[in-house]
Amino acid sequence: MKTRIENVSRRDFFKAGAGLTLALVLPSARGAAARVAGPGIAGSAPAVAAAFEANAFVRIGTDSTVTVLAKHLEMGQGTFTGLATLVAEELDADWAQVVVEGAPADAARYNNLFWGPAQGTGGSTAIANSFEQMRHAGATARAMLVEAAAGRWKVAAESITISAGVVSHAPSGRTAGFGELAEAAAALPLPATVTLKDPKDFTLIGKHAPRKDSVAKTTGRAMFTQDVKLPGMLVAVVAHPPRFGATVRGVDDTAARAVPGVVEVVRIPSGVAVLAGDYWTAKKGRDALQVDWDETAAWRGSSAQLLADYRKLAATPGAVARNDGDAEAALGKADKVVEAEFAFPYLAHAAMEPLNCVMKLDADGCEVWNGEQFQTVDQAVVAAILGLKPEQVKLNMLFAGGSFGRRANPKSDYLVETAHIVKAIGGRAPVKLVWSREDDMRGGHYRPLYLHRLRAALDATGRPQAWSQRIVGQSIMLGSPFESLMIKDGVDATSAEGAANLPYAIPNLAVDLHTTNALTKVPVQWWRSVGSSHTGFATEVFIDELALAAGSDPVAYRLELLAAHPRHAAVLRLAAEKAGWGTPLQAASDGGRRGRGVAVHESFNSFVAQVVETTAAADGSFRVDRVVCAVDCGIAVNPDVIRAQMEGGIGFALAAALSGEITLRDGQVEQSNFHDYTVLRINEMPAVEVHIVPSAEKPSGVGEPGVPPLAPALVNALYAATGKRIRRLPIGTQLQS
Amino acid sequence: MTTFILNGQRVSSDLPDDTPLLWALRDGLDLTGTKFGCGMGLCGACTVHLDGEPVRACSTPLSAVAGKKVTTIEGVDAARAGQAVQAAWQKLDVVQCGYCQSGQIMSATALLVANPRPTDAEIDAAMSGNICRCATYVRIRAAIHEAATALA
Repeated sequence: MKTRIENVSRRDFFKAGAGLTLALVLPSARGAAARVAGPGIAGSAPAVAAAFEANAFVRIGTDSTVTVLAKHLEMGQGTFTGLATLVAEELDADWAQVVVEGAPADAARYNNLFWGPAQGTGGSTAIANSFEQMRHAGATARAMLVEAAAGRWKVAAESITISAGVVSHAPSGRTAGFGELAEAAAALPLPATVTLKDPKDFTLIGKHAPRKDSVAKTTGRAMFTQDVKLPGMLVAVVAHPPRFGATVRGVDDTAARAVPGVVEVVRIPSGVAVLAGDYWTAKKGRDALQVDWDETAAWRGSSAQLLADYRKLAATPGAVARNDGDAEAALGKADKVVEAEFAFPYLAHAAMEPLNCVMKLDADGCEVWNGEQFQTVDQAVVAAILGLKPEQVKLNMLFAGGSFGRRANPKSDYLVETAHIVKAIGGRAPVKLVWSREDDMRGGHYRPLYLHRLRAALDATGRPQAWSQRIVGQSIMLGSPFESLMIKDGVDATSAEGAANLPYAIPNLAVDLHTTNALTKVPVQWWRSVGSSHTGFATEVFIDELALAAGSDPVAYRLELLAAHPRHAAVLRLAAEKAGWGTPLQAASDGGRRGRGVAVHESFNSFVAQVVETTAAADGSFRVDRVVCAVDCGIAVNPDVIRAQMEGGIGFALAAALSGEITLRDGQVEQSNFHDYTVLRINEMPAVEVHIVPSAEKPSGVGEPGVPPLAPALVNALYAATGKRIRRLPIGTQLQS
Repeated sequence: MTTFILNGQRVSSDLPDDTPLLWALRDGLDLTGTKFGCGMGLCGACTVHLDGEPVRACSTPLSAVAGKKVTTIEGVDAARAGQAVQAAWQKLDVVQCGYCQSGQIMSATALLVANPRPTDAEIDAAMSGNICRCATYVRIRAAIHEAATALA
């Protein structure tokens, strides 16, 4: 990558009216709370002096504090740190002087550049779409500080340097901090052009920049939605229908209202809300509520029945997602045909912070406090319910206690529920909606249940001549605002991603899709790594089966088919090399059978390979000992955050692989809390090694791409250890039968 | 009225006796560092110290803490072990979403007070009641060793 000079005024964000402003923040206005990364809350926001609007991505205070406004949600993935790194790099700020604040909802200034005129966080796009934008923001601020110093010292701007937050003029020995120059810089016009650094000159990007949220999150000071308390606020707990599609027929709230402290009971479209001054009282009120549910339109099906129905559908062709050559013809005349069926359950996101939302309605509009992931959609939906204009809905983006996709609900479900409650009580008090863990687990919007049917034709040497993959499951886009964008010719791109772009060189390749939304009312949604959460498993287990059918080494077999995909091949080679692929595993001290398995998958423009080592006991139990991960995500902005996302993605994926499963029976979700929807605990966490491929490509995502390879690599390792092939997730007790 | 010692200070709560300590802390006393995760003692996000022992505040009724000492994440740095754990967490950048980390730090601090040099297996045993959906477990193990070294 070369140093580029770009015309700042032509950048999208300036066209959209987002001129970068150096705002003046007076030190006296900045309390201790303002240093807690995260947006202002309940009056604790840093008060910005009125001289300049905080109208962009960076503010510099007279105390030299550099405040980066993050347009993306921090839900654990390190985005606040990443966005600040990009600004600080080009600004030549000292990392210690940088703080981060969540930006308000305003798509004109803070849109996701990959999503057009919409603000939101998802698809592992935060750093990728912001890479140049935030660097421009930093470089522009830097140029204005330089200009201000040049004016003050009456020297040429070219003779001024900045390093670690100190502006210097070497010939005269003069220096200044950012704060001394902020006011003068703010009075200057925007520079017409700025120069971005040559990557070889980076001092923060690619180096270690400690997370900006570590201190707040280790001292209990970080502000989550659950922690918001406004004067006069009521806490709402909602009784939801026992089955999807059911509605309220009648309510007897006598006993609920008799609970001391219960203030109000209101009917809303999604159920019945009980309001009190605190959670425990509201919950007691809900426990006492008698609701008569109308289940006429309720869905009473089961996961088992859906799977059986899907299996029938898989016998017939679906909508075409990819069709190279003639797979059916090649399968018909093949030397050898390999077939397999893969099944995937519904999965809950189960973030640690159960869903919640705070909303306040007054004469000017509505104000929302939320782990806000989907600003533009949420703003429009809430405004419509309350009869407001979208810009009258002010969104405060707080830290989210995890999301894994759930807080970006395509129908804004829990914000809609909060808006209806606020509306039902005439806006007379601010409301905090709190879902219990059970509400969260049973609230739907799961990763859909899927069935894949795969067939491959091998030639006499074992090379695949045909690959046919049929995918059956619900579309997460159908009926959402993104339907027309994401569904083409009957194919939801997110259902087939990871399969339709299979990288292996196979001359006859067909992928087709049955969309089953008409068969069920279970609400579905994206879940960390979206389509790749199932396609990555089906494709990478099946290719392993083909390698074994061909009598080939699984790594060598893949590499031979990846000649045209060097980035896949490079991560695969690196993971294999670091894991000692090909060398015998050390014997287990307890006599268990050891096995090693591999998988490689591209998602969100990043490439990840993982080698899993496992030990299986005679009784069918097993442990995951070690995972070696190689990732190519382009330029590594924050290597330690990338390592953390791979570690976390591996643990998240392992939870789903081992036991993650939401099942329905007679229309009811059978799981309710962490005792029956078990997630990974520390004693199950393997040792993890992460290796980052050096790259000069633009940065791509890291929040999700660590997830897809884990489950197939594990299943491939279990096959190596035991000779038993798992094709249905979760693995559960299948090795014991 | 229940009176107890919270982070070294005498406090009173007039919430009903059966109110879980978690909600007395969060909604009654406005100490929100202790988190609500499951309400059933399954996830450990609400871990606090009761007379020095780690307990799940969501399953501890207010009546059970009368006259006792309760320490939360806001007060854990009064003890050397708490300071060392927080410092190790920061040094290794353990946190991701951070929501479970108050509980993780309270459990880790109690572990180190009871066992200054825990092995990996002892860490796993002591920390397995604390769920982290971001799966920061590799770093939690490393940070506990780091804190143990700092305290030695």
